[in-house]
Amino acid sequence: MRHDHIISAKQLSRADIEAVLDHAADIAADPSAYADRHADTLLGLLFFEPSTRTKMSFTAAMKRLGGDIVDMGSVESSSVKKGESLADTVRVVEGYADALVLRHPMEGSAKMASEFVDVPLVNAGDGAGQHPTQTLLDLYTIRENAGFDDLTIGIMGDLKYGRTVHSLAHALTNVDARQHFISPESLQLPRSVRYDLHQEGAEVREHTELETVLPELDVLYVTRIQRERFPDESEYREVAGQYQIDSETLDAAKDDLTVMHPLPRVDEIAHDVDDTEYATYFEQAHNGVPVRMALLDLLLEANR
Amino acid sequence: MSDDDQQLRVAKIRNGTVIDHITGGQALNVLAILGIDGTGGDSVSVAMNMPSDRLGKKDIVKVEGKELSQNEVDVLSLIAPAATINIVRDFEVIEKARVERPSAVEGILECPNHNCISTVDEPVESRFAVVDDGVRCEYCDTIIRDDLPAHILAD
Repeated sequence: MRHDHIISAKQLSRADIEAVLDHAADIAADPSAYADRHADTLLGLLFFEPSTRTKMSFTAAMKRLGGDIVDMGSVESSSVKKGESLADTVRVVEGYADALVLRHPMEGSAKMASEFVDVPLVNAGDGAGQHPTQTLLDLYTIRENAGFDDLTIGIMGDLKYGRTVHSLAHALTNVDARQHFISPESLQLPRSVRYDLHQEGAEVREHTELETVLPELDVLYVTRIQRERFPDESEYREVAGQYQIDSETLDAAKDDLTVMHPLPRVDEIAHDVDDTEYATYFEQAHNGVPVRMALLDLLLEANR
Repeated sequence: MSDDDQQLRVAKIRNGTVIDHITGGQALNVLAILGIDGTGGDSVSVAMNMPSDRLGKKDIVKVEGKELSQNEVDVLSLIAPAATINIVRDFEVIEKARVERPSAVEGILECPNHNCISTVDEPVESRFAVVDDGVRCEYCDTIIRDDLPAHILAD
């Protein structure tokens, strides 16, 4: 794999994806073999909005490769609070680190930032835009549990603002998956993602109710419906209840259904699903470390 | 009546640009692209919805003392794909060209997504790829299909 920056799932070919996932599988099988691989490497973490899983898993990944991190800290305690531009911030921090990871609330921020730096930059989520490393760990989890052959996946929840959904939908076109999107009409996929899926000739269907498609699914990918997006609380309540699943809901599913969620969840997956064979979301979160180790290793090696 | 005859209906210019074969009704949007609103003192002639063999109806804009930049021509091509641009010096047309649809336009349109990084105070220009039936922000992917002139950046 040879990319200077990882900005969007759209830039990843099937071969790129397989290379990262295969490497992640090797790392997961024997992590100690990679313990000193990047002993002198520093990864710069620039998180402009709160993050738990993504930030911690990048930190863990870099440290498990033998390297370390330099962390900008919270926005409140950084020069951003003084009005520094993102372009200036990344230009300064590239002098401290061998690669950068950026999480930012605005769409296109990673793309813009990458135009100002020479070290590899990884997009760790840009507003409602893209989240390509989440997609790689999602694909790893899907491949481990359901495989890529003849895959039927349902993606449910906030499809409009969910960056994990946008990235995953693009990547799934590479494995010719049948994609079913389940959401309230007000939270359907944005125009740009529909355009790309159409251009790619993806097999896509849209639904407002899970029941119509659940028995066909190999994977159900659930996302949080974001209350803060609704202008009226009662409108949120009306749709939110329709997109909750519990163990009873899953009676209609295939026995080997894989249920995924990028987390954090609120109430869209009941806790009684956690103890079923379907629940894969914690395994999915844990896969973030070997997958990010693999990606960082490939990027750093390619840019040595 | 030929196109040449039609052009005589509006005054000849000494130096400047004549934009002909503009899609009927788009002349005011062309002026918006050129940043001409009458306050700058430019001498401008506009003919709208003139009969045209090629287009049915066309608009013509003549601007004294101005030659178009490539960026302006690129955006013009999106709303008036059949337009021809005539550069005039000393009342003579010294250059005549058709607009060509570009692959991208930069620094001319504003992204309508207020959460796009190109809309805030960062040292980058807006940049749009030209797609089948519109333009697409190269930062946030937002697609604009309708009413492109409404998204032209103010000077």
